[in-house]
Amino acid sequence: MDEPAQITEFGKILLLGVMGVLMVLVTLFLGKIISPKKPTPEKLSTYECGEETIGSSWIAFNPRFYVIALVFLLFDVEMIFIFPWATVFGRAELIAADTRWGWFTLTEMAVFIGILVVGLIYVWRKGDLEWIKSRTVLPRVSVNIPKAAYDKLNREPYHVRKFNPLIAGPSKDTPSKPAADAVKKPAFKPMFRKPGGTSS
Amino acid sequence: MSINKQLESNGVVIAKLDDLLNWARLSSMWPMSFGIACCAIEMMGSMASTYDLDRFGVFPRPSPRQSDVMIIAGTVTFKMADRIRRLYEQMPDPKYVISMGSCSNCGGPYWQHGYHVVKGVDRIIPVDVYVQGCPPRPEALIGAFLSLQKKIETEHIVGDKLQTTRA
Repeated sequence: MDEPAQITEFGKILLLGVMGVLMVLVTLFLGKIISPKKPTPEKLSTYECGEETIGSSWIAFNPRFYVIALVFLLFDVEMIFIFPWATVFGRAELIAADTRWGWFTLTEMAVFIGILVVGLIYVWRKGDLEWIKSRTVLPRVSVNIPKAAYDKLNREPYHVRKFNPLIAGPSKDTPSKPAADAVKKPAFKPMFRKPGGTSS
Repeated sequence: MSINKQLESNGVVIAKLDDLLNWARLSSMWPMSFGIACCAIEMMGSMASTYDLDRFGVFPRPSPRQSDVMIIAGTVTFKMADRIRRLYEQMPDPKYVISMGSCSNCGGPYWQHGYHVVKGVDRIIPVDVYVQGCPPRPEALIGAFLSLQKKIETEHIVGDKLQTTRA
């Protein structure tokens, strides 16, 4: 064809896309017009193989399924890439054309699987291959307070004091005083202690 | 099928919308994919390669939302009746029911002493075609679909009303 095309190559792709969208929309619209609609509460209920649904589907979901999905993807992607590789790896004519072909493809696949195996080992070491984690680290904080101190606190009887309106609670005449105090200085003065031991 | 004849003659089809829609519907009767008892084996056999129900556009669907036909293939127990009823309700209109085999037609061998069997699935849902046999042969099920096609041909679904004219 010598004539200059009226639509560029990308224009044709655009046309294809527009037509694809139009086809779907027209079909859906036709279905909306033609199809009889008789909604009933029973018909709109959730399909559970004929069973009545129990409870809501909005429940707490264990986030560990996310890790399971990721690990599955690890093997899944591996398979997807290994199959096409396997069809070209051992081809006699390709090896005949260049003897390095076989070794080249083999190393490439080894590198690819190696990367994935690193991920697998990581997951294995982290203990995510088992549902109940075999390796759990309990957080520990080194505190110098002896347990006896807590025991002593716990054993201390609690005294119920009698309520005295004259003593209990802040008295009503105090709010007038802080106004004068606030001007002076902050109540808390920060102090910095150097590791040497002398206070600044 | 008048549309098929027109297609053969000159390749141009002029049809009423009713006929066109009916032709489309009867060429793709998708059954709800479930079997209850031994009749289901025959149903599977008729859908598999030997009898190939797919040539009539019969193709089992995994969800009632997508299906037009419900094949009751087997003994309907009282326990199952609830579920069948619910599945039938969940199918979109227009929907059809084929009662396959003696059990679902009338209770079959459980007619007299079956304390647990619904004596005929037509006691819980409306049935369009009954297939006799215990179990019916695949040809009989194919025959049921063919007679269901004849029934669909006489219907009008345009205008939100499902009507049947007896020809």
